[in-house]
Amino acid sequence: MAITLTETAADRVRQSLASRGKGAGLRLGVRTSGCSGMAYVLEFADDVGSDDQIFESHGVKVIVDPKSLTYLDGTELDYKKEGLNEGFEFNNPNVKDSCGCGESFNV
Amino acid sequence: MALLQISEPGQSTAPHEHRLAVGIDLGTTNSLVAAVRSGVAVALPDARGEVILPSVVRYAGNAQPVVGQAAVAAAHEDPLNTVASVKRLMGRGVADVKRLGANLPYEFTATESQMPRIRTAAGDQSPVDVSAQILRVLAQRAEQTLGGELAGAVITVPAYFDDAQRQATKDAARVAGLKVLRLLNEPTAAAIAYGLDKQPEGVFAIYDLGGGTFDISILRLHRGVFEVMATAGDSALGGDDIDHVIAEWAMQAAGVTDDADHRLLRRLLRDARAVKETLTQADRAELCIERDDGSRWCDELTREDFHALTDPLIDKTLLPCRRALKDAGIRADDVQGVVLVGGSTRAPRVREKVAAFFGREPLGDIDPDQVVAIGAALQADILAGNKPDQELLLLDVIPLSLGIEVMGGLVEKIVERNATIPIAKAQEFTTFKDGQTAISIHVLQGERDLVTDCRSLARFELRGIPPMVAGAARIRVTFQVDADGLLSVSAREQSTGVESTIDVKPSYGLTDAEIERMLRDSMASAEDDMKSRALRELQVDADRSLEAVRAAVAADGESLLSNEERARIEHCLNELAAARDAIDTDTIKRAMAALEKATETFATRRMDASIRDALRGHRLEEFSE
Repeated sequence: MAITLTETAADRVRQSLASRGKGAGLRLGVRTSGCSGMAYVLEFADDVGSDDQIFESHGVKVIVDPKSLTYLDGTELDYKKEGLNEGFEFNNPNVKDSCGCGESFNV
Repeated sequence: MALLQISEPGQSTAPHEHRLAVGIDLGTTNSLVAAVRSGVAVALPDARGEVILPSVVRYAGNAQPVVGQAAVAAAHEDPLNTVASVKRLMGRGVADVKRLGANLPYEFTATESQMPRIRTAAGDQSPVDVSAQILRVLAQRAEQTLGGELAGAVITVPAYFDDAQRQATKDAARVAGLKVLRLLNEPTAAAIAYGLDKQPEGVFAIYDLGGGTFDISILRLHRGVFEVMATAGDSALGGDDIDHVIAEWAMQAAGVTDDADHRLLRRLLRDARAVKETLTQADRAELCIERDDGSRWCDELTREDFHALTDPLIDKTLLPCRRALKDAGIRADDVQGVVLVGGSTRAPRVREKVAAFFGREPLGDIDPDQVVAIGAALQADILAGNKPDQELLLLDVIPLSLGIEVMGGLVEKIVERNATIPIAKAQEFTTFKDGQTAISIHVLQGERDLVTDCRSLARFELRGIPPMVAGAARIRVTFQVDADGLLSVSAREQSTGVESTIDVKPSYGLTDAEIERMLRDSMASAEDDMKSRALRELQVDADRSLEAVRAAVAADGESLLSNEERARIEHCLNELAAARDAIDTDTIKRAMAALEKATETFATRRMDASIRDALRGHRLEEFSE
């Protein structure tokens, strides 16, 4: 079981955490909603729960709750630039199909 | 594929529900757009990495107007069609504009409404039209950067803007197709950027020294409401004046006179600016002048000399500071925080002097050019509903009192200055003569007692009052100001219920026909926008094909192509390269089709070759397993 960040994504997260001034790491998760089943959660983490799994990737702590982990196992979080737009992208091997814009998905 | 941003804990929005909202600093000289991304408010750069968009618009025939640096570059050769500093004209009537100065380089035309119009090569343009062009460019930049349609924007305006100027700013946003979430006072935005609104209460000074203007605002925060206690300033004092004194010093030392070559003076001003910027870090900087006769003069300016030259200018800003404190009825040591705004506050000397005057270190960590836009972006993010737990919503206040004219040319104030908005207030009036059946209501804005000293916003009549003796009728006049600071006034005779209402269309007002025309124009240019987008997309496709085919020919041209075939492909490549720069989409499409056809067999052979390579050295069994 593992979740990783690309180096670019890790750099980006470290910068964001530094400018925010606090935070234990990055929380990844899934929740139900959206147009195609599940939606990703991408948040700063201030608290770590006792059930949470913690992965470390390029020096960044990635925190995932066990229920989400089953949907996210093997995921690599990347940071991409598309023209002026930039942001994070989940490369999730569990995904069967996603809605056109990629904000929500099915497994 | 949507790219995601990091949210605050527990505040991830549902997919497709995150509402994109931006803050826009629509400035006299420069404009910026900022947004909250991954929890931090940042100014958004354009494709070249420039954050600042010069507020300059150039009109040329039927083409889309040019906004920003390109327009600045053209200002010199095409001054009549290049509009700068249009913010000074917002919400002004023709008479105001004439009084503002005959030195504006534009030609104005008279119209049916009282709004001035600037004559350009692309027809007559109102200040609202010009501002809309600037907003349109910023909104486009934001939509490209954030990857979606904007739900709305918070636009900042100076604290001293009156209703007409605020309404004009809102109209500009409407013409640009932008929803205004809120107009926000510039000093209030700067205070929000530093999080001063998180404190329970306090008094703050916002010191704003821009390129050409100086403003000082004293704000009082009380129960989450920023109240403007006083504003003062100098509309003709800024960083540009510092460049001028350095340039004058050099001209005197080098014996160059005012009537020297235009280009020399322009170059000198640019170099003077560079010296000023160098001296924010270094202790000395060199300045050189090449005289008309080709000889060269150089000298070094030390920081002490620089201070001697510029101190008088900086001291000039302290006079309005003193006046503002006096108007607010407080002393310098009552101020609990000083915020620096405007590029000129980067100068260490300015910071020293401000610190000495207020007796505390000013806040200047946030880029002073961006701080207003950043504060607006923070406010926009809350207003768009992206922070569910943020209950405290910053309120704004009415900058100038609102009232109506009563007998004797006097103003009766109904809503006092600094009342928090939204607000509704009512007052009863009566008739003056026996049998009076109508009453004329004249809505005014200002602090003065006489009608002639206040700004007239609107007039309307309440008719159908039953004849009664003077003083018997009870007419209730209600003033309502919405969250954007815009006013509607209604009058109601209590016994009969006859009522009359007006939405204040400030008297500079656009007529409905004019607004309709402007909206139509913005729709007409939608097609142009679409065409130019299609062309640009096609050019990108063409570049991609050119690159791919060139690489393929370089790799396999030798082995897979006959000389004849190769020449044919080269020819098509050249054709496409030429067509790419044409502005005709059909030509590009044809050239691309030709190239595709010419490379068809080449592509097939390459595919076959690569499959052969891949299979070489393997047994069939390996693949059938």
